[in-house]
Amino acid sequence: MPLTEQTKQDWSPRIVAFFCNWCTYTASDLAGVSRLRYAPSTRVIRVMCSGRIDPEFVIEAFTQGADGVLIGGCHPGDCHYSEGNYKCLRRYHLLQRVIAQMGIDQRRLRLEWISASEGKRLQEVVNEMTETLRQLGPSTIREVVQTVIK
Amino acid sequence: MAQDKPKLKLAVYWGAACGGCCVSVLDVHEKLLDILAHADLVFWPIALDIKYKDVEEMPDGSIDITLFNGAVRNSENEHMAHVLRQKSKILIAYGSCAYLGGIPGLANFSTREELLRRVYEESESLDNPQKIHPQPSTEVSEGHLHIPSFYNDVLTLGQVVDVDYYIPGCPPQSERLVEVFMDIVSGKDLPPKGSVIGASIRVQCDECKRKKSDKKGITRFYRPWEVTDDGETCLNEQGILCMGPATRAGCGVRCVEGNAPCRGCYGPLDGIGDAGARILSAIASMLDGKEPEEISRATDSIVDPAGTFYRFSLPGSKLRRKVS
Ligand code: SF4
Ligand code: SF4
Ligand code: FES
Repeated sequence: MPLTEQTKQDWSPRIVAFFCNWCTYTASDLAGVSRLRYAPSTRVIRVMCSGRIDPEFVIEAFTQGADGVLIGGCHPGDCHYSEGNYKCLRRYHLLQRVIAQMGIDQRRLRLEWISASEGKRLQEVVNEMTETLRQLGPSTIREVVQTVIK
Repeated sequence: MAQDKPKLKLAVYWGAACGGCCVSVLDVHEKLLDILAHADLVFWPIALDIKYKDVEEMPDGSIDITLFNGAVRNSENEHMAHVLRQKSKILIAYGSCAYLGGIPGLANFSTREELLRRVYEESESLDNPQKIHPQPSTEVSEGHLHIPSFYNDVLTLGQVVDVDYYIPGCPPQSERLVEVFMDIVSGKDLPPKGSVIGASIRVQCDECKRKKSDKKGITRFYRPWEVTDDGETCLNEQGILCMGPATRAGCGVRCVEGNAPCRGCYGPLDGIGDAGARILSAIASMLDGKEPEEISRATDSIVDPAGTFYRFSLPGSKLRRKVS
């Protein structure tokens, strides 16, 4: 659906957030319990470890209409499965290069290490990313993928 | 030779292709005689002078098997895809281009305008001061001239018509084609519609004879000419980017057997929605390093990662094309 001026005004960014169960997901719980206010832009998907996040999940999220994808995992050295977050970091670096070549602004994909106690950090990251996406405007990826141009 | 069963009717057609797939059919060598003992070729532009009009006049469903190679990137390819779907009992997407878009599918990194500008205005060998671009229809004194219109998006065969089976490869290994054909002739149970046939359910590394260790620990990649392959260790472990870990086997690991890395032409295994993302994941998990700087040194040593990981599969991938 083409965005009219009206829908553009109503639009607010949608972030698909893949959070690791042990750290960032717990941090988002803590932020909730501590009544920290942050932008209602995230749709959180809990994964057991950031190492579980397949690059295909990220691409799928973009093709389904996400304006941004946020990955949250445990700090280096703190991964519950010892090295999952390093795996995630290596994929993330390569994926950043690939999405740039695909014409996707790299600011639409973000990785942050947020521990279970850092509810405040989670609030900041989500707010910051929401603001960045607001400036970038709505993602057109889904529309492009669904509209074959002959 | 006595024939009890009527011969099968076979067609081979090319869309946006290089001709290699048709040659791979010829490459069955003397086995072609076995095939022709069971089948008549009713349409094959590379070898037989049969016009589109003749095919259009064939009764629907009268061709038993069509091997369609090549992607769909213009109105002629698409028209013939529809015609051959209608005329064929079994339509097989033959080769990487028909299956996932293949090499012509790399055009999805550009737009139609960019491609036409490059070819008709900027190319070094060009003499076109008026910057004339080809037009689908032109008036000349003799009348109207038409050429097919060129699409912005390269499509896979399966994105345009219903496909029964997929045979991967750039081009498919000829022996696999003979096996598939003989299975059909001998009335073997066919796999479920939509299956990839003529290939394995394992990855290249499972069949590769090179020495491999569990921990790859790659710190950077090289272009093949920058290092000397020792001829026996896994290419990735030597820093030569090989798509084997995420590519379907079936070709006999023929590139690595010839000391060249696998480029991924057999595509992904079943259940993988995005071949490029899978290769990316496999390559990233072989990297060494924990510090962001170390990691980016390794990832930055891959020249053109998107073009490498999606070399044969861009139109058939989740994103299909460069999005802006
Ligand atoms: S990565 Fe390539 S060279 Fe290494 S084992 Fe796999 S197919 Fe063989
Ligand atoms: S080794 Fe890889 S690139 Fe070479 S033919 Fe086999 S699948 Fe294709
Ligand atoms: S458990 Fe949190 S990143 Fe691995």
